[in-house]
Amino acid sequence: MGELMAQAWTVARKDLVLEFRTRTALVSAVVFTALVLTVFNFGRDPTAVPTIDLAPTILWVTFTFAAMLTLNRAFQLELENQALEGLLVSPLSRTSLYWGKLIANLVFVAVVEGVGLPLFVLFFDVPVGHVLVPLIGVIALATLGFVAVGTLFSALVMRTRFAELLLVVILLPFLVPPLIGAVQVTARLLGGRPLSEWVGYLKLLAAYDIVFVSLASVLFRFTVDE
Amino acid sequence: MLSAEGLRHAFGEGGGQVVALDGVSFNLTSGQTLAVFGPNGAGKTTLLKVLAGLIRPQQGSVRVAGGRRAIGWIGHQSHLYEHLTVRENLLFWASLYGVPAARRGPRATEVLSRLGMGDRADQPVWSLSRGLAQRAAIAKALIHDPSVLLLDEPFTGLDLAAAAELRALLGELRGGAAGGRVVVLATHNVDEGVELATDVAFQRRGRFVHFAPRGGRGSSEIAEAYRRAVGGKETDG
Repeated sequence: MGELMAQAWTVARKDLVLEFRTRTALVSAVVFTALVLTVFNFGRDPTAVPTIDLAPTILWVTFTFAAMLTLNRAFQLELENQALEGLLVSPLSRTSLYWGKLIANLVFVAVVEGVGLPLFVLFFDVPVGHVLVPLIGVIALATLGFVAVGTLFSALVMRTRFAELLLVVILLPFLVPPLIGAVQVTARLLGGRPLSEWVGYLKLLAAYDIVFVSLASVLFRFTVDE
Repeated sequence: MLSAEGLRHAFGEGGGQVVALDGVSFNLTSGQTLAVFGPNGAGKTTLLKVLAGLIRPQQGSVRVAGGRRAIGWIGHQSHLYEHLTVRENLLFWASLYGVPAARRGPRATEVLSRLGMGDRADQPVWSLSRGLAQRAAIAKALIHDPSVLLLDEPFTGLDLAAAAELRALLGELRGGAAGGRVVVLATHNVDEGVELATDVAFQRRGRFVHFAPRGGRGSSEIAEAYRRAVGGKETDG
């Protein structure tokens, strides 16, 4: 287990250095987040639907699509000089490779969400101070689930034509459960509802994470082996 | 040190099936360099991928003393990350191959100076010429001092001078590990690899149609034997 995680961290650290040096996907995702929130801010009629009802959906739709932009790069960078071939020849276990990519993707998405959340508060004037800790917890829980699935699928589509488009098409149906859970919990949190009203969705998010992180760790080898 | 027994592998199914390996067997020990010559599509790359563990053969088995950690691979591409420096790349690969943390830096310095790249260590890979990038790829393959080197068309894309330089370099590297390395070199061009070889195989449609020690044979004799065994020019596809 120790070596597995050490190797995973080696892969993740390399990905983080590469991304923070080139900043291609990360900057695109952050700008995308800011643009989407701006468009939603000016494109809605605040008198028609109360902001508090609309805000959770906007937040999660924005996070989901921004995350997809960063997920695409995870394996695209391994196609440069066929580095993936080198990884597969090396003693690196497939599980370590998956976990390394997962850790790096979680950091990238967290950065995007870290920029997106204050913008969301600013644009929609939603008070989150009193629920900030549980809100961050829900964001972390939902993000782990869809990044786990997204990392698996980005490996699956990397050698295909139109990989960026294909990833969105095959990934979105799998994101419906965590999206529903995340939107429902966020809405209830912001509405000041009691825990008993949203604990079920929290369990759904936790179950999704456990099932899909485990499944993806096992299935990953079939996406990269020839 | 490296043995293959009854390797068979095919791609596709039914009438469109392409047999890439068909009953390939050999056994190599320290200091032996096997040059595998064959036209494009003969199955050379598949053979190397099977030896490296990238492809699981449908039949047969491969045994490498020391497992994956003992293998160094130099392919068509460098496997290097363009936006990392040469040293950062080497440290990354050294870590994956289990080189102890305290040994990684000195080992990278040692390998780079041996390859004449000591002054390029802190250059990003994207800034290197094709020849230098190939040297950096060799450094990457040697960072863990492998006892088995697999070379897949390593001269592809190099000009004549760079290819000659690489041949000289590979000649030096054969003796690196204790007792000498096992090297398997796959190429479609007899002139490129024959000087390095202790053993020669001709591969055609997945089969070794010739496998023998090179002896004192030069490139013209090997080329003639190749034409008789495989037929046509070396690069026939």
